[in-house]
Amino acid sequence: MMPELGKYAAAVLSAYGVSLGILVLLIFGILRRNKRALAELEAAESQRDG
Amino acid sequence: MSLWEYANPVKFLGISTQILPFIAIGATACLGVGLVWGFFFTPDDYRQGSTVKIIYLHVPSALMAINAWFMMLVASLIWLIRRHHLSALAAKAAAPVGVAMTLIALFTGAIWGQPMWGTYWAWDPRLTSFLTLFLFYLGYMALWRATERPDTAADLTSVLCIVGSVFAVLSRYAVNFWSQGLHQGASLSLDKEEHVADVFYQPLLFSIAGFVLLFFALVLVGTRTEIRLRRAQALRARRAAA
Repeated sequence: MMPELGKYAAAVLSAYGVSLGILVLLIFGILRRNKRALAELEAAESQRDG
Repeated sequence: MSLWEYANPVKFLGISTQILPFIAIGATACLGVGLVWGFFFTPDDYRQGSTVKIIYLHVPSALMAINAWFMMLVASLIWLIRRHHLSALAAKAAAPVGVAMTLIALFTGAIWGQPMWGTYWAWDPRLTSFLTLFLFYLGYMALWRATERPDTAADLTSVLCIVGSVFAVLSRYAVNFWSQGLHQGASLSLDKEEHVADVFYQPLLFSIAGFVLLFFALVLVGTRTEIRLRRAQALRARRAAA
């Protein structure tokens, strides 16, 4: 299944590994911040209503 | 219906809730197809060998690094001219996505450059303007954090965005402006003679579509986050004043 990357295997695999790692960190960072914002807003709204 | 009606945060939250799942699914599907097809099912290039597979990450991320800045420019201009808060928040939300795209483009370019050019880095016009664009992204994000009043932050960052646009243009056209340096011309062109061979072109299109959709999905989520944080801040300020 794994393609034959020859002498450039390290370059290709590190490019994919680091890029996908950056994308995963970006996506989780944005989703985590969104979750925190939602909790913060709910807390502020419940304080207002309460 | 006027386009400006969508600048209402409540309306934006409603519409983005509806479209976000479709954009996210589209991004995942296109990225999956483009990267799997490109990595596993395309041949090596006769000159570049297997390093040609880096194109499926490098070209889309470089494209989005520049286009993210242009999206921020449009949003910043809308803020400066029409004072729609949503546009300033959308520009703010796009910056981390843009910086990640720029980082991927710089990193994959360096990784590809070492075996092909014999160096990770050269002070080539396109590479240098790209690095400057990366620094502008960092400066833009730092300015948002450093300025306490949101409207002042939006004003200052909008001006910075206009200035930085020079480097976004240079990143795209440096190869055409100065016919020197290591970086080759565009991999994609309307002129069929110029762009990459079809066997690489088709998965590349999927990968580009995936990066574009991912960008929109993340900016939508980021903008929703900023709206909620702004609303929570306003409620706390109102409570403190009461």
